[in-house]
Amino acid sequence: MNSKMSIAAAVCAVIFGATAAQAEWKPTKPVEFVVTSGAGGGTDTFARTIQSIIAKNNLMEAPVVVVNKGGGSGAEGYVYGAGNAGNPYKLIFGTNNQYLLPYVAKLGYKPADMVPVASMALDEFLIWVNAEAPYKDIKDFVDAAKKPEGLKMGGSQSKDTDQTLVSIVQNATGAKFTYIPFKSGGEAAVQLAGAHIDANVNNPNENFGQWKAGMVRPLCVFSANRMAAGAKVAGDMSWSDIPTCKEGGLNVENYQMPRTVWLPAGVPDDAVKFFVDVLTKAQQTPEWKSYIERTSQTDRFLTGDEMRSFVKADEEKAVQVFKKEGWAVQ
Amino acid sequence: MENFSNLMTGFSVALTTYHIAIMGAGVLLGILVGVLPGLGAPNGVSLLLPLTFTMDPISAIILLTSMYWGALFGGSTTSILFNIPGEPSSVATTFDGYPLARKGQATHALTLAFLSAGIGALFGVLVITGLSSWVAKFALKFSSPEYFAVYFLTFASFVGMGSASPFKTVVSMMLGFGFATVGMDTISGSLRLTYEIPDLIKGISFLIAVIGLFGIGELLLTMEEGLRFDGIRARVSPREVLKTIATLPRHWVTLLRSCLIGCWMGITPGGPTAASFMSYGLAKRFSRRGKEFGKGEPAGIVAPEAADHSAGTSAMLPMLALGIPGSATAAVMMGGLMIWGLTPGPMLFIERPDFVWGLIASMYIGNVVAVVLVLATVPLFASILRIPFSIIGPVIVVVCFIGAYTVNSGTFDLWLVLAFGLVGYVFKKLDYPIAPLVLAMVLGDKAEDAFRQSMIMARGSLAVFWSNGLVGTIMTIGVLLLLWPLLAAGISRVSGGFGRTPSIRLN
Repeated sequence: MNSKMSIAAAVCAVIFGATAAQAEWKPTKPVEFVVTSGAGGGTDTFARTIQSIIAKNNLMEAPVVVVNKGGGSGAEGYVYGAGNAGNPYKLIFGTNNQYLLPYVAKLGYKPADMVPVASMALDEFLIWVNAEAPYKDIKDFVDAAKKPEGLKMGGSQSKDTDQTLVSIVQNATGAKFTYIPFKSGGEAAVQLAGAHIDANVNNPNENFGQWKAGMVRPLCVFSANRMAAGAKVAGDMSWSDIPTCKEGGLNVENYQMPRTVWLPAGVPDDAVKFFVDVLTKAQQTPEWKSYIERTSQTDRFLTGDEMRSFVKADEEKAVQVFKKEGWAVQ
Repeated sequence: MENFSNLMTGFSVALTTYHIAIMGAGVLLGILVGVLPGLGAPNGVSLLLPLTFTMDPISAIILLTSMYWGALFGGSTTSILFNIPGEPSSVATTFDGYPLARKGQATHALTLAFLSAGIGALFGVLVITGLSSWVAKFALKFSSPEYFAVYFLTFASFVGMGSASPFKTVVSMMLGFGFATVGMDTISGSLRLTYEIPDLIKGISFLIAVIGLFGIGELLLTMEEGLRFDGIRARVSPREVLKTIATLPRHWVTLLRSCLIGCWMGITPGGPTAASFMSYGLAKRFSRRGKEFGKGEPAGIVAPEAADHSAGTSAMLPMLALGIPGSATAAVMMGGLMIWGLTPGPMLFIERPDFVWGLIASMYIGNVVAVVLVLATVPLFASILRIPFSIIGPVIVVVCFIGAYTVNSGTFDLWLVLAFGLVGYVFKKLDYPIAPLVLAMVLGDKAEDAFRQSMIMARGSLAVFWSNGLVGTIMTIGVLLLLWPLLAAGISRVSGGFGRTPSIRLN
C-alpha cells in the first residue's frame, strides 16, 4: 500500500500539481511522514503516534503515509528530505541528529536544507545500572569509574547523543568509561539487564520495562528539575523519586533530546503554518498527553523562533564535545 | 502446568469468530505480500499497522502475526517456482526447491515446504508455551561475544557446501562481506565505501541483492537458454499433495534438528535467515545423501523451511519477554505494541496475561489456518508454471522491480537490482556460487559489529570467545564444523574406510 500510495501520490502530483500552492495552503494528496529511524525506534513511535492522533481526531483531511528511512543513523531520511526541496508533502520526523549528524560524518545534506516545524517533546537521559550493581548513587558510580580499569557503558550508535553524553560525563568528572556502541537503545537495555555492561544512558522509555521488572535501576536524571510524578514504577519508586544528577553532585545539569519535525526547505510559508497548526492541535489531545506520560518525556512544544534558538544552543553544546573528542569532520 | 492453564485462557480469548476471520484475512494478505519479492513481511506488517490503531490490542496483534505467518509461507512459493526468494529467509529454500520444481515436481516441493514450515512453526509455539520463563532468562546471557560465536557457527556450518571450488566460494563470500560494509558503520559512526553518493549512506539492502542476483540473474539465463522454463509439465493434482504428506515421517531427523536450530536462532536472536542457512548446511553435512543436495533433494527443502518458521515463531518470545525483537518483523510489531499502549518487556506477562496468552494461542490456530490455506493454493501456484515464458517472464521482471522499489521507495535501488542481476548472471556463467555472497551480506555487518563490540569489551583479547562455558561451547563447535571436512577425511583414512564418502551421521 505504501508504494501504491506513493505512486498514486506521484500521479496526483502530475495531475493536480498546477493547482496546488495557492493561498491558504491545504494538502490535497497524501502527506508522507518520513521517519528517520527504523520501525520500532523512538522516532518511529513518535511519528506513528502523531499519525494515529491525526486520524482519530480528524485533524487533517489528507491521508498520512509513514515511511521509514532510518539508514545511516537517520541520514537516509534527511538526505531524502533535502532532495525534496519545495515539496510540502514530506514531513520529516527526527531528533537533534537533524542538525548534529552533519558535524560528525560527511553526508549528502546540510541542516539548512530543512525548515523547522516544531519540537514536540524533550526526551530525558538517565544513568542506569544493573539492579545487582553495588552503586547506591551517582557518586559511588563515578568513584568506581575512576579506578584504573574504568567502567563499560553501552549506548545506541556511535558519536550520537548517547556517546556525546558519556563524553560530557567523562569530562565533568575525570572518570574513565569504555563506550560500546550498539544498534539501538533497546539492545543497550538488554545488555545492561544481562549485566554485560556496567551502565547505559537510555531514555526512560528504553529501560522502562526492565526497571519495572527490577532488572535495572536509575541513578540520576540529566535534567534541571526532577521528572513529573506518576504512578509507582518499581517498588515504591516513581519517576519523580529519581534525583537529578546535579543533586547527586555530578556537574552536568541538562541533557535532553528534542523530538523534532521538519519540512524541506523552499516550501511555501503557508504550508509550514498549516502543519504547525495541525501539530499544535495534536499536542493538546489526551492521546498526546498519554504518550508523553507513557514514555516519561517532558512535554514542551516549541515552534518558530523558540525552536530556532533551542536548536542553536543545543548545537553549540554538542559541537564543543565533537571538537574536543576529535569527531568533527567540518 | 500454570502455563497450560494460561494457554487455555488464551484459547478462550483467541477462539472467537471475529478473531478467526481476522486470522484468515491476515494469512491471505501475508501470502500475497510474501509472494512479491522485496515487499516482504516487515514491509507488509508496517503497511498494515495504521489500520490497527483503532482495534483492541489483542485483535491487532492477531492480525499482524497472522500476516507474518502468511508472508513466511508465501515467501517459499516463489523460491520454489521461480528461484526468486520472496523473503530473505527463503533463500535457502531455492537451493533444492527450485531444482525439484524443474524436475516437474513443483507440487511435491511446495507441499513439502509448507508442511515442514507448519511443523517448524508449531514446534516454535510449543517451545514458547513450555519454556517461556526459562528461555527469557537464557536470552539475557547473550552478549556480543556470544552473538559473534553464533554467527561464526552459521558461517562454519555453511562452508564447503555446494560443488563449487573453495576458491570461488571464498571470492563470493568476500564480495558479500564487501557489500555488507557499505554505509554507516555502527562502531565508528563513519561512512564506508559510499564514495560520497548519498544513496549509498543507508547501505545496500540485502533484499535488493537477492532480487537482482536470483530474480533478474535467473531470467537472463533463461532467456539465453531459449525463453522457456524447464519443468513446465508440473503434475498438478490434489493427490500429489496427499502423497507428499505420507513421505513426511521419513524426514523426522532433519525436521527435529531443523526445529531445534530454528528455535535456538529465533531466541538468541540470530533470526530466521541465519537459521535457515545453518539448518541447510547441517542437513547437507549430516545426510547420507549429501551429494544430492542442490539437485532437488527433498531434505534440502525440509531443513531450511522448518528452521525458518520455528525461528520466526520463537522470535516472538524475546520480543514479548525482553523487548528485543528477534527479527525485523518482530521489531515492527514491537513498535505497534507501544502505540497500542503496551510496554514490551518482562512485565507484559504479568500485567497483560490475556494479551500474551491470547497471542500465543492465536499462534497455534493461526499457523494451522495458514497451512490449510496455503496447501489449498498449491495446485493454483504450481499451475503458474504452465504459463508460457513469454508471458510470465515480463511479469516477473515487473514484479521484481516493483518489489525492489518498495524496499526503500528509491529509484537508485532499481539500478542496483539491474547491476546485481548482471553479477548473478556472470556468477552462474562462471560457476561461482551465489549463496555464500548472500549469507555474508545478511550476517556480515552483524558479525562484524559483534566482533568489534567484543574486542572493545575485552580490550582486544581473543580469549573473550572462550571466557565462559556458553560462548566457549558455541565457538568450539564452530571451529570443529569448520574443520569437519578435514577431520572426517582423517577419520575415514585412519579407520581404513577408503571406499566410503566422508559424510558421517551425527545421530
